[in-house]
Amino acid sequence: MTSSPSASATLHAITVLGHDRPGIIAETTGCLADLGLNLEDSTMTLLRGHFAMMLICAGSPGAAEIETALAPLAQDGTLTVTVREVPVEQPGFSDGTPWVLTVHGGDRAGIVSSVVTEVARVGGNITDLTTRLAGELYLLIAEIDLPASVDVTAVEAAIRSVASDLGVGATLRPAETDEL
Amino acid sequence: MSDERVSSWSEDELGVPGRVLLVVRAPEAVLSTVGVDVDPTAPETVQLAADLVATMRVSPGCVGLAAPQVGVAARVFCVDVTEHPKTRTGHGTFVLCNAEVVESSRNEKAREGCMSVPDFTGDVKRASRVVVSGALPGTGEIVTLTTDAFEARALQHEIDHCAGLLFLDRAAGAHAIYARKTYL
Repeated sequence: MTSSPSASATLHAITVLGHDRPGIIAETTGCLADLGLNLEDSTMTLLRGHFAMMLICAGSPGAAEIETALAPLAQDGTLTVTVREVPVEQPGFSDGTPWVLTVHGGDRAGIVSSVVTEVARVGGNITDLTTRLAGELYLLIAEIDLPASVDVTAVEAAIRSVASDLGVGATLRPAETDEL
Repeated sequence: MSDERVSSWSEDELGVPGRVLLVVRAPEAVLSTVGVDVDPTAPETVQLAADLVATMRVSPGCVGLAAPQVGVAARVFCVDVTEHPKTRTGHGTFVLCNAEVVESSRNEKAREGCMSVPDFTGDVKRASRVVVSGALPGTGEIVTLTTDAFEARALQHEIDHCAGLLFLDRAAGAHAIYARKTYL
């Protein structure tokens, strides 16, 4: 599953969502392997206990053929599967710097939108995001690329200000990489 | 010399019995409040130190407890990593007031939990060798200790609490937080 697809291979985005049980990934990837598709990037997690997987695969079968192959997964009604052809994306050039943002506090509406609006306002790009709710505690962790021209101190102050208005705390710090 | 002094310290020196206090949980505001400096010789600091040790002792798996965790926004914490398998250097039970990391090196990433954040654990990068300075409660002696591995991590975790920071504020990335499946 790791060989490079030919340059002409079509990409498909596949999502599988629904009731979690053992074997979903095995069945999904088994069907894709039988079709000769290569898994490229994928991610899977449990969201409030729901199985949630997204993957991009490459190969010659079309969306209809992939959908048909994956149809047994959705047969009992507990999983929803979608298949969609997507273009090849070239990673954008970035002169930015990587940061990690943590926001946590009492759960209330608008925490995520308020905070990420401040990131978007300066052209910051969120490259990864997790939010979790446990009891009363709401937690957001985002990985962010900030353009090199951005005044990070000012961005942090703006984020802290909106966070404070919502009664939550925010911390912005560099995403450190230790080269070995 | 300071290391030996810290190692020989015990809560018996405080001369007051510790009370078991309620440990607060996020999103309690005190956990995100910067702690104030304390007078290490003040009776209320001595009582707080005794209470922190008593509360740590009755909490299964607890290797450290900071004042904000018992609802007090002050720069006091206790640590005892003696029983932990990841401990190399250890100084037994001790309480420090107004403590600071004065030297740190050799960052390592490891997964942390916290009594005040019972539903999550997280990967946090911290120095594995530190020199920490602070005052002993009661006498107010300024001590400097040098430690490593798990005790170094515990000290930094507690010093963060005293600055209003949780391990969540130092998570290594968006996928560095985990739902806790087993509770101590």
